[in-house]
Amino acid sequence: MTDALIIGDKKIQNRFFTGTGKHPNNALIPKLVDESGVEVITVALRRVDLNNPEENILSYIPKKCVLLPNTSGARNAEEAVRIAKLARACGCGDWVKIEVISDNKYLLPDNYQTAKATEMLVKEGFVVLPYVNPDLYSAKDMESAGAAAIMPLGAPIGTNRGLQTREMVRILINEINLPIIVDAGIGKPSEAAEAMEMGAAAVLANTAVATARDPVNMAKAFSMAVEAGRRAYLAGLGPVKVDAEASSPLTGFLD
Amino acid sequence: MRIKVNGREEKLNKEMTLLEFLQCKDINLDVVVVEFNYDIVESSKWEETTVKDGDNIEVLQFVGGG
Repeated sequence: MTDALIIGDKKIQNRFFTGTGKHPNNALIPKLVDESGVEVITVALRRVDLNNPEENILSYIPKKCVLLPNTSGARNAEEAVRIAKLARACGCGDWVKIEVISDNKYLLPDNYQTAKATEMLVKEGFVVLPYVNPDLYSAKDMESAGAAAIMPLGAPIGTNRGLQTREMVRILINEINLPIIVDAGIGKPSEAAEAMEMGAAAVLANTAVATARDPVNMAKAFSMAVEAGRRAYLAGLGPVKVDAEASSPLTGFLD
Repeated sequence: MRIKVNGREEKLNKEMTLLEFLQCKDINLDVVVVEFNYDIVESSKWEETTVKDGDNIEVLQFVGGG
């Protein structure tokens, strides 16, 4: 089945995206990529601790992967732009997931600042994937500003609570002419499949994989669920009815 | 002279190039990106950049994130 997701100049075959945060053992990341076939993978940018430098996360990410740096830590559009430019200067491509968050309890994205950052970064030539609260008008603003995809949250980051925002995400899928990639809060493969059945273009889950007992198998399970959901969407779900409608003939020889 | 590195004040005894300064640190210079007074400086320019009193240096790298 040829059904690539096209973002920027890249053709993505695997519609399950994952992240590199919270992994107890980074050495699992290359295994996880191999097993699940994940192609798009997120990273963050941080100050180097000069007294105790962290290991280089890039050494665990297979070169074939598309790197999606996020702007986590940014509290406004200007900070997001600064982080995005630094990330691009690392020489790993021009994709960026805009994350502008100033609320530490719910970690909800600031759609207004995110829309501003989208506009600024598109002008700078980035492939921009904004992480948003699923609001139709914000998403329309980002679409007009030239975003490459929209990434609405399913539930707050790291909660594994599933597709709580499904009705709002459904509206984005129906009204926005860009790939809608459900990001954040997806805790189970079945929830990822549900998003895909609705017509989401892809699903990103980091915490659900990294905090599973077996992250490698969980990544594979997500990848399979996303593929199943995508196939179901393309196949067209049958109609939902209130009253029963027989699948077998009820009349015939017993009358 | 005093400079700021990753938000912390540091004392330097003499002026030096950005490359010399970074080489003093126990970090992998192949994987970092450096901002000098809020401008990104490519690694090829580290040698011709002089660290002076009051400068602000940020040294960043990719880490795990979602």
